[in-house]
Amino acid sequence: MDSATEAGQPKSDPTPSEAGSHAPAPNTPQFTRDEDLHAYHEMLLIRRFEEKAGQLYGMGLIGGFCHLYIGQEAVVIGMQMASIDGDQVITGYRDHGHMLACGMDPKGVMAELTGRRGGYSRGKGGSMHMFSREKQFFGGHGIVGAQVSLGTGLAFADAYRKNGQVSLTYMGDGAANQGQVYESFNMAQLWKLPVVYVIENNRYAMGTSVARASAQTDFSKRGISFGIPGEQVDGMDVRTVREAAARAIEHARSGEGPYILEMQTYRYRGHSMSDPAKYRTKDEVSKMRDEHDPIEMVRKRLIEAHGVPEADLKATDAKVRETVNDAAEFATHDPEPDPAELWTDILLEARA
Amino acid sequence: MATDILMPALSPTMEEGKLAKWLKKEGDPVKSGDVLAEIETDKATMEVEAIDEGVLAKILVAEGSEGVKVNTPIAIITAEGEDVSAASAPKPAANTPAQGAPTPTMQAEGQADAPAATAKSGDDAQRAPAAPATITNKAPAPVMAEFPEGTEMVTMTVREALRDAMAEEMRGDDSVFVMGEEVAEYQGAYKITQGLLQEFGARRVVDTPITEHGFAGIGVGAAFTGLRPIVEFMTFNFAMQAIDHIINSAAKTLYMSGGQLGCPIVFRGPNGAAARVGAQHSHDYSAWYSNVPGLKVIAPYTASDAKGLLKAAIRDPNPIIFLENEILYGQSFPVPKLDDFVLPIGKARIHRPGTDVTIVSFSIGMTYALKAAQALAEQGIEAEVIDLRTLRPMDTETVVESVKKTGRCVTVEEGFPQSGIGAEIVARLMVDAFDYLDAPVLRVTGKDVPMPYAANLEKLALPNVAEVIEAVKAVCYR
Repeated sequence: MDSATEAGQPKSDPTPSEAGSHAPAPNTPQFTRDEDLHAYHEMLLIRRFEEKAGQLYGMGLIGGFCHLYIGQEAVVIGMQMASIDGDQVITGYRDHGHMLACGMDPKGVMAELTGRRGGYSRGKGGSMHMFSREKQFFGGHGIVGAQVSLGTGLAFADAYRKNGQVSLTYMGDGAANQGQVYESFNMAQLWKLPVVYVIENNRYAMGTSVARASAQTDFSKRGISFGIPGEQVDGMDVRTVREAAARAIEHARSGEGPYILEMQTYRYRGHSMSDPAKYRTKDEVSKMRDEHDPIEMVRKRLIEAHGVPEADLKATDAKVRETVNDAAEFATHDPEPDPAELWTDILLEARA
Repeated sequence: MATDILMPALSPTMEEGKLAKWLKKEGDPVKSGDVLAEIETDKATMEVEAIDEGVLAKILVAEGSEGVKVNTPIAIITAEGEDVSAASAPKPAANTPAQGAPTPTMQAEGQADAPAATAKSGDDAQRAPAAPATITNKAPAPVMAEFPEGTEMVTMTVREALRDAMAEEMRGDDSVFVMGEEVAEYQGAYKITQGLLQEFGARRVVDTPITEHGFAGIGVGAAFTGLRPIVEFMTFNFAMQAIDHIINSAAKTLYMSGGQLGCPIVFRGPNGAAARVGAQHSHDYSAWYSNVPGLKVIAPYTASDAKGLLKAAIRDPNPIIFLENEILYGQSFPVPKLDDFVLPIGKARIHRPGTDVTIVSFSIGMTYALKAAQALAEQGIEAEVIDLRTLRPMDTETVVESVKKTGRCVTVEEGFPQSGIGAEIVARLMVDAFDYLDAPVLRVTGKDVPMPYAANLEKLALPNVAEVIEAVKAVCYR
């Protein structure tokens, strides 16, 4: 992160490890042209999807809570670029980006947001509660911190089955203060479970800045008393994310136990759609957008370093917009669930 | 002066034990603190210490004796030079057990079990109508054929039945494992998992740290992937720390995922009051869990039901709350000797047929109900006693059919009155059997107070047989 003052924050409210990590260090890992193109497309899909979700929310087509991932796209895409098929993903309530990154169909995600029968949960879960067993995405959990124990349980199952899979368990800086996180850390290290804990530090737990909620603001150190290694990562640069992710996932997959990655990132939008935005300045937000946008950085690199014609990127933009528009079209025209759905999926039939 | 050494209790719920070994013989001098004998229960062993100086004058219970009741004199210690024959005085009254009671030297059980500092008082022994001495745990009425006629029956404790159920399911399915505090090396705080570590190893019998919230979440996460965890809570009181995962993660995810993500998990452990363990270790959560869609809730009474229903629970693809009772653990019942005895979840059983009144209960409540029914029969009232066995889904049909026949109903439970299981039954009968009722349905419940510690207050807080008899007479207008 940039320094707090630069970002328009008061000195008394520092963010961890803010020593200008965005200036491309000489040892910043490099992406090939194809990797950058892939990252660009994936991140842009999340960005445009979330923008559309915000619009639909404003139109009253999405109800309840809606937490947008805009600004944090590099985290989940970098992580996915380092994972392999079969690795599980689980996160909290800001989950749309994770679902798209796992390869879930934008139509099904958007239709769930609008509460329609074609949604991933047939309209019965909503923004915070979506799952895809096929894509190994285990939610989508509305209780802050609950996904950490559950994600540790996914890793327990991997170890039990010796299947070589790794559980990527995401949480925010707010969830990182929950007690069950440390219960999970303890057991994960005790049993050497293959889990990577990804702490997405976007600086604010709802409206409470990290410094106002956390005695230890360096989240990479949160596993120290259990002997879990951790590192702080520039979560705005998809390349550094993927590099750290590869290290952490290899550690977990090789039987060394859990690993903590603190992803230093930033959410442009409010906590939810009803955020009053009184806890930070507009300058802080626009500074991040203008200077450290994860997508803009890749776009620039594609043009300047990889020599990709702007027209090609425009084509990608158009393709992404079309995908998102199709999703919105589906999500607004798909019928609501059949009333009989009220009474289904409460219990499974017992096997004979 | 001669002193009787009494059979000690190593926990407040112990009724009897085995005198395994005498370490002193008749005529040996003893001093305070000397180990006189070793006793065993199915849960643990302990040493009996002398608390007085003197001579071990007479051994009253031979080594190897099984089923020695708590507070039975097992030996006599006389003062130096005193005549042994002078010691064979009448036994001390049952309600003065402290005299001569040896001091147990071993804390045998887990957090939930206060070590017995003194032997159980006679008062205590009466507190629980559960005392098996007065209930002949016969096979239930053959109202429903749940196993073939002529099946050989073996007598076993609820504890053994639960263990056998887990062991059988673990043998048949590698995805079944058990996790919890002290389930492996300690063999279970209440010895329910005895021997499982030895048979199945540490991969499948997992000792956890004291961290209910965390390991409940880990169990649920593992179940999402298709494993079948059995999560043991040392008591359901501690599951309060984990209730978020039980309700929000286990019970709701199938629905919230549109049917994609089932959670085949069993949460089991002792629920409700044990004896003298105070308010934080005595809560009955039957009504709480029975309130939640997405869960199935089972609360068996007999060993046979414990076995058949636990096996069914482990096979069930849904999250199951399996509420056991510490006082019932040591009670014995006939259990059918079958290779694979599985009972249906959600079916009540008429435990005792009758014509005059229906008594509905479950778990340890059945002990009050059955004793009351026995006493009422002597007074000419034939009560039909229904054991719900499963609280959710609740078998209303069996209850309604019975009430249609008897026209009267009393419910019995140890839980609190407000919004309890009895309240639910009353509400259902209002809808489904209103025209058949000849009297308002009455509830016998635990009192509306936190569980007190003092023996007399605890006894008052719990339901008792007299209250059941009184309620039955009231609904019979007798």
